[in-house]
Amino acid sequence: MNIAVCVKQIPDPATPYELDPENHWVVRPDDQVLDDTDRYGVEVALQLAEASEGTVTLFSMSPSGSLQGIRQALAMGADKAVVIDDASLQGADALLTAKILSAAMAREEFDLVIAGTESTDGYSGVVPQMMSELLDLPCLTFARKVDAGDGSVTVERQTAAGYDVVTAPLPALLSVTSGILEPRYPTFKGIMQAKSKPIDTTTAADLGVEVVSDQRIVSVDEVAARAAGEVVEDEGDAFERIVSVLEETKVI
Amino acid sequence: MSTWVFAEELNGALNPGALELVTKARTFGDVNVFYLGSGSDEAFAALGEYGATAVHQLDAGDTLPSAAAATALGSLIGSDGGTLVLFGGGTTDRDVAGRLAAQLNLPVLANALDVSVDGSVTAVSEILGGTLSVTTASTNDGPTLVTTRPKAFAAEPSGGGAPSVTAVDMPDVGRAGTATVTERHVEASEGPDLESATVVVTGGRGLGGEEKFAMMDELAGLLGGAVGGTRAVVDAGWVPYSYQIGQTGKTVKPSVYIACGVSGAMQHVVGMKGSSTIIAINKDPDAPIFGVADLGIVGDVHSVVPQLMEALKARS
Repeated sequence: MNIAVCVKQIPDPATPYELDPENHWVVRPDDQVLDDTDRYGVEVALQLAEASEGTVTLFSMSPSGSLQGIRQALAMGADKAVVIDDASLQGADALLTAKILSAAMAREEFDLVIAGTESTDGYSGVVPQMMSELLDLPCLTFARKVDAGDGSVTVERQTAAGYDVVTAPLPALLSVTSGILEPRYPTFKGIMQAKSKPIDTTTAADLGVEVVSDQRIVSVDEVAARAAGEVVEDEGDAFERIVSVLEETKVI
Repeated sequence: MSTWVFAEELNGALNPGALELVTKARTFGDVNVFYLGSGSDEAFAALGEYGATAVHQLDAGDTLPSAAAATALGSLIGSDGGTLVLFGGGTTDRDVAGRLAAQLNLPVLANALDVSVDGSVTAVSEILGGTLSVTTASTNDGPTLVTTRPKAFAAEPSGGGAPSVTAVDMPDVGRAGTATVTERHVEASEGPDLESATVVVTGGRGLGGEEKFAMMDELAGLLGGAVGGTRAVVDAGWVPYSYQIGQTGKTVKPSVYIACGVSGAMQHVVGMKGSSTIIAINKDPDAPIFGVADLGIVGDVHSVVPQLMEALKARS
């Protein structure tokens, strides 16, 4: 089974994010990291590919930078990567991102396309669905368990009420939650191998995608933070403070 | 302005989130509802009572409905720029919004907490864990598609009468429509509904294990509250997804929110920072949850919570 996986490089979430003051885009440093939510899709893909002697190809739209984030996913075991590195794509909205990733994937044939449900930084949460439309694929979203083979894929899809079991013929697109599997950590060998795995870079023009984002940020404002409360160390009687608050709020 | 609300049925009944969207939508003009599900007179009457004038109903049966619903909705809304389509933040809402946007080559204004129409449509959302508020506008000439956060708007009846109801035929969408639902499972939680409870007790990874959630149930029971969980504990399988509070889960705004062993990741905080009073118990004095807590206790949940429960029992 040949599998395409969407991955995103994002600024390290442990560092404060900066926005470009002019157009309000997230400033992307050279050493971006793999979005943690993408490790799950990579893991699912690796397990399915390992079981079927298939391949895993990563697709990422971002300034390459040091490619640190892409190498993290390659070190887990993915075979190769396609990176769309194009300065004109800065500030791309969800639809343009979906068009770019779909166009890059359409150059090859895949049995499965796997994405996370949303990125940590942008979190529009609609890119996988847009891609499924552009690639004309059934779209099994919010999968927390996946079983694929024999020309079909079956998932447990999270719903507001619980979960549904959904099945579709291949090829198909999945978005997976971070509950799906415990992603592996790269081994030393994997990290060394990742350094020589092929990374193909391309541009929007190469893919024949017109660079248009049909939404604009009108303004960005700071949200008033909640007033800082009181923090107390428990000396064995902190529960009494909680009781007082419950009384003040008339819960008890 | 022609306004549309997307409403997916929940457990065979009207999704309460639809009434929130209809309430907002009616401030912009007549409200059309695209209703996905088997429907009932009761559900349609409720939509009318909150301001919907027309309901277009698609029953997709056992087909995973997203692709067909997007195509059907797309042909109903047309291409007029004076059209606004509001979606909730649920899984199918996002599926249909994304597919429809790609079909019609339109942007999606995502995760809106507010929407206004002043010549053009603008949507307000929050980013970076709710620290920045961003106002976004579509620059496309076509309809504006907006996905919204749960509880962004309060539902208020308008006293409207029953809407017109029109059945929509399932369009043939070919390969995109070949996913089918073979089983449906409801993972119900006991006690009051998480989204309307006045007290919410939430357990995080710091509880240490699945079996410790019994303590959350007991504390919530003593306070007449509901139990929630963080994404970490849902992903670990300790509690079902229906417990999840945060960006991809539920949004709660109770009078009192008690976070036990919750670190306070950005994606969690956006789902609970609207609570009136927040109490947090965590061993780590640097846990980000203390940044939003009115009362923060640096301590072990396994000693503080049992002591608290003893004190509550002694009062009753």
